[in-house]
Amino acid sequence: MITLQHMMTLSGILFALSVAGIFLNRKNVILLLMCIELMLLAVNFSFVSFSRFLGDLDGQVFVFFVLTVAAAESAIGLAILVVLFRERRSINVEDLDTMKG
Amino acid sequence: MGDVSSTLVSMDPRTLLAIPLLPLAAAIVAGLFGRFIGRTASHVITIAAVGASFVLSARIAWQLVTGEVGIFNESVYTWLLSDGIRMEVGFLVDHLSVLMMCVVTFVSFCVHVYTIGYMHDDPGYQRFFSYISLFTFAMLMLVMSNNFMQLFFGWEAVGVVSYLLIGFWYTKPSAIFANLKAFLVNRVGDFGFVLGIAAVVYYTGSLDYRDAFAAAPALAEVGYALTDTWTVSAITLICVLLFIGAMGKSAQVPLHVWLPDSMEGPTPISALIHAATMVTAGIFMVARFSPLFEHSEAALSFVLVVGATTALFMGFLGIVNNDIKRVVAYSTLSQLGYMTVALGASAYGAAIFHLMTHAFFKALLFLAAGSVIIGMHHEQDMRKMGGLAKVMPITAATCWIGALALIGTPFLSGFYSKDFIIEAVHKSDRWGATYAYWCVLIGVFVTAFYTFRMVFMTFHGAPRWEQGHETHDHPAHDDHDHGHGHGGGTPHESPWVVTLPLVLLAIPSLAIGFLTVQPVLFGGYFGEAIQVLPANDVLRELAAHFHDPVSFALEAFKHPPFWLALAGVVAAWFLFLRSTATADRLASLFAPLRPVLDNKYYFDWFNEKILAAGSRGIGQVFWKAGDQAVIDGALVNGSAHLVGSISQIVRRVQTGYLYSYAFWMMIGLAALLAWFLFSA
Repeated sequence: MITLQHMMTLSGILFALSVAGIFLNRKNVILLLMCIELMLLAVNFSFVSFSRFLGDLDGQVFVFFVLTVAAAESAIGLAILVVLFRERRSINVEDLDTMKG
Repeated sequence: MGDVSSTLVSMDPRTLLAIPLLPLAAAIVAGLFGRFIGRTASHVITIAAVGASFVLSARIAWQLVTGEVGIFNESVYTWLLSDGIRMEVGFLVDHLSVLMMCVVTFVSFCVHVYTIGYMHDDPGYQRFFSYISLFTFAMLMLVMSNNFMQLFFGWEAVGVVSYLLIGFWYTKPSAIFANLKAFLVNRVGDFGFVLGIAAVVYYTGSLDYRDAFAAAPALAEVGYALTDTWTVSAITLICVLLFIGAMGKSAQVPLHVWLPDSMEGPTPISALIHAATMVTAGIFMVARFSPLFEHSEAALSFVLVVGATTALFMGFLGIVNNDIKRVVAYSTLSQLGYMTVALGASAYGAAIFHLMTHAFFKALLFLAAGSVIIGMHHEQDMRKMGGLAKVMPITAATCWIGALALIGTPFLSGFYSKDFIIEAVHKSDRWGATYAYWCVLIGVFVTAFYTFRMVFMTFHGAPRWEQGHETHDHPAHDDHDHGHGHGGGTPHESPWVVTLPLVLLAIPSLAIGFLTVQPVLFGGYFGEAIQVLPANDVLRELAAHFHDPVSFALEAFKHPPFWLALAGVVAAWFLFLRSTATADRLASLFAPLRPVLDNKYYFDWFNEKILAAGSRGIGQVFWKAGDQAVIDGALVNGSAHLVGSISQIVRRVQTGYLYSYAFWMMIGLAALLAWFLFSA
């Protein structure tokens, strides 16, 4: 029997993976974008699970919003990435430290 | 004489205004436009202005004495009104101030004429005339004032001109040192003076003399606690503070140190400012404030002791100096001490009388010394003079008159004034009067000794100048060109513009005491101007013994001062003309004392090594420890360094990498959530 506990655990694992991906990734900005996407999906997953178990459709409506925003976000993120590559000839995260104090 | 009733016509304020303003206008013209109008026009315009001032002053004096006009005491202009205190320009012209006005303008006139000769080839000719006219203006404002504010203005203005004139030859380092010294020492005195004026304003709420004088008896009852256990009356406080101002200006111990150094200025200035007029401002001020001083026994005793110390101990210094001008300068110090003693003994009239006679004969002595200096081609060392009487007969004769008047030869002016001071101190029973009496009595011998030492060394004996002249080098003094038609270093008599003032001053030095002693001292000349409490009135006691000037002079042979003066002259003659070997032997006998005298009782040493060096040391400490270490180091730079070093650590957080920012955001979010969960 699959319980809410299992669902939450899976969602937590996915979220933790994506966070770890953001921290540990030192090479590629695209990976960063993918991690953010995964993070949002993990959250969506928990929304859907709660919706299912509570019998309330509000959570699923939220998921649609989040997916829309995520699509817009990745579009903008990829556009930035293209511009960044034109400027720097690199998408290596290690090189992107101009905000250094 | 001097009997003034209230129904008289008052003086014309326009005339009174003209007296100080004419020299001021001349000073401005000669000072600012001297370059355009040239030398002759500069001296003509200033001499004419000072001459006109003298004529107007003399006319007012005459009208006042004959009773044609009454005493003038009004304000002519209100400068500003602040918190009920009026600051005004006003004149108080009574018998006291009119006497000062005549003395100031007359001596100033003589000095102006003399300057034509003395400064003949100096490049600063117009500037010099401008300064001395400006001085005349300031001094007249001082003596004519009817309020403390204007008195203070005149007081500071004469100080400034004195500063400018001591440093007249501003390329000479010693002159710059001397004028700075004069200025600084006077600041010390003026500090007391300003506090005194402030105390007057504090207690009476007014700057007007009238209000202060009216409040004087009441102020004697008011106490002022200096410390928990030491309370003085308000009037004592005021008088002592005002007298500290007088000590600075009139060069009384220990604020006398600037006067001998002021001899760095041109000789006409030494005569006018540092002998005849400005230095007597303190004496005049105390006499003017006699209604205040009379109510404070303590302040008068202080005045008496300070004056007596100055009179005797500065006289000693005159004996060891070899610079002709410095000898006369120490003589001035000593004579100012006599005047101060007279003030301290409540014999204000005698002090002013001595001030007047002294102005004439001391200006004469200075101008004679200046004439000698011109004749010797700016040599001031008496050891290189001698036998000048033959080549400079007029200078020698007038100098003799001045010297005789100074030591108090019967019938000459100094005799009457000085003898009454000595007698007045003798009669006084104030605390310190016995000390003062002995000081002034011994001072008579000392005065005669150093005066005639100077006369004999300069004018008599074997000439010592042939060999001496070649070696002298005073670069700044050499402004005086020797273009009088003789090639060598032989001394010569000075031109008529120099000798005329000598003669003009010799006349009052001879006669003014004889002519005016009776009315000024015993005829109630000063009237209300000088107030003496009946218990202190030593001059009234003396009046009982005084019949007429002739019999008084003849009686002098029975009194010690005459014999002391004679002994001084004879001793000087014996030591410096007759037997110089004895002088050397005496000098070696007193050798242990010699360094004390040569170092002027170590006053300069004390000022420079203890006061100046001490304050410099304290300043150094405050600068290094207080300013540099605490304020600059800890506060200003320290706070910046603190922010900087904290930033050095904190900036490492800002890596610039997106992932670390994200990481911190996560941590923040987790912390926030944790707090949210567990605090609920």
